[in-house]
Amino acid sequence: MRLRLPFSPRHLVLLPLSAVMLLPLAWMLLTSIQTLDESRHFPPQLIPSGIHWQNYPDAWNAAPFGRYFANSLIVTLASVVGNLVFCSLAGYAFARLHFFGRDVLFVVLLATLMVPFQVTMIPTFLIIKDLGLVNTLGALIAPNLVTPFGIFLLRQFFKTIPIELEEAARMDGCSRLGVLLRIVVPLSTPALATLAIVTFLWTWNDFLWPLIVITSPSASTVQLGLASFQGAHQTNWTLLMAGNVMALAPMLIVFIVAQRYFVQSLASTGLKG
Amino acid sequence: MIGRAARSEHVSGWLFVLPAVALIGLFGIVPIIWGAILSLQENDLLTPPTWVGLDNYRTLIHDPVFRASIHRTIVYTLLFVPLSVGGALAIAVLLNARIRFSRFYRTAVFIPVATSTVATGIIFNWLLEPTYGVVNYLLSFVGLGPYGFFQDPDQAMYSIVAMTVWGWLGFDVIVYMAALQGVPDELVEAAKLDGAGRWAIFRNVVFPLLSPTTLFLIVWSTINALQVFDEIYVTTRGGPLQATTVLVYYLFNQAFELFHGGYAAAIAYVLFLITLVFSILQLWVGNRRVYYS
Repeated sequence: MRLRLPFSPRHLVLLPLSAVMLLPLAWMLLTSIQTLDESRHFPPQLIPSGIHWQNYPDAWNAAPFGRYFANSLIVTLASVVGNLVFCSLAGYAFARLHFFGRDVLFVVLLATLMVPFQVTMIPTFLIIKDLGLVNTLGALIAPNLVTPFGIFLLRQFFKTIPIELEEAARMDGCSRLGVLLRIVVPLSTPALATLAIVTFLWTWNDFLWPLIVITSPSASTVQLGLASFQGAHQTNWTLLMAGNVMALAPMLIVFIVAQRYFVQSLASTGLKG
Repeated sequence: MIGRAARSEHVSGWLFVLPAVALIGLFGIVPIIWGAILSLQENDLLTPPTWVGLDNYRTLIHDPVFRASIHRTIVYTLLFVPLSVGGALAIAVLLNARIRFSRFYRTAVFIPVATSTVATGIIFNWLLEPTYGVVNYLLSFVGLGPYGFFQDPDQAMYSIVAMTVWGWLGFDVIVYMAALQGVPDELVEAAKLDGAGRWAIFRNVVFPLLSPTTLFLIVWSTINALQVFDEIYVTTRGGPLQATTVLVYYLFNQAFELFHGGYAAAIAYVLFLITLVFSILQLWVGNRRVYYS
């Protein structure tokens, strides 16, 4: 006779798994409200003696986090807007317009997707240096304004829209740009949302490129600031965790609130990629 | 009339792609070519470069640190890819059911996807701290440890694997769950009517239907694994005793800490080559086994 559980046996795996997945973030939160003495105690104290909020203002004042957030926000927004505009224009041309050299150009752009970022990173640094953009937000924005991935994603989506709608608008005297803005863009919100979300997540969390082109705190992003914050406060774990919580909170809150959209976007990049 | 319309289409086509082509040209195509030239130079990224031909590549072949870094990168990749892709498949199948708390479980698995690599590294520095870290405490209950983790040359790489699997697993689960939605219920029901057990259904119906997704995730995870850097920079800095100096960490170290720009460009091109070889091999082997409906 088989043993029957009053609940699905899946819980036996999923519950411990969730605990393991959440432990790092839960432990970060717990440490962030402990005193330094409590954090340097073995065995670790699972229940804090009280809530020590002071770590948060201390962390906020220990590094220019406000500046980091403003910089990350500017860079991320500029990249999202740039990708939406330039990838829409190019994606539409590749999907619908017949122009000289189109297919060769498209293949060349797609081929750059196969090259690892590390190959282009050093020459791009030299280009940014020649443009005088080192240590400016421009260095973080300019190379990220458009991506071959975004062009490909939108082109594939634009191709699925019935062409009759666009032809009718053209008959009525609408310009090509008008067709793109009034007909194609409003019908493409899922694809545009996917591109915006993926660009947002990628740019906000990017680390290697900012590490190379930014050395001054005034142009640092959140990720870069967080790494140097760790360097400056090596073993002050309560302060580090409070800073980490502050740096992570905006993205995690947006992610949890809009989880459905994030999941759909990431799934569609995976399925079509 | 038709001629003019066609000409105007050429013009608007080019005008539409111009910003994208200019930007990708400047920050994508020019650097790819420049990188190849750079790899044939001695270049400290400041003063005018000197031409050295294939010297950088010749030096690379005999550079013990470089050879060890390739070895470590491949070890890392061979651990990371099966653990993250295989683990994600199991989790996605478990989550693909109408059970209580499934929203909570999903959020728990997905949330590291939004956690930045830098934050992940700092958190794991604390979790895996040898003296006060909570992981050593928890392992002591099952009679294990204490371990040095990031500070022990023999354990550092495995610690990096565990940390990065935690961070990347959610993305794979998201992709697998979307693919599971595409498995037709009729096929599963038909197999059940034929008397197939759960494992037989998974093995013979579900898994083949997921195979294009599996191939994509293997190729994608391999590319990412070969380029692992952020988490290592924030935790071990390639140490201890270079135990976690992977290819991209060595490249970064050569380019931006030692200012051997040409040598680093040569490393980058070797990375490109390794990535290509892995991807082509996987697609070649995979495409014979993948079931496309």
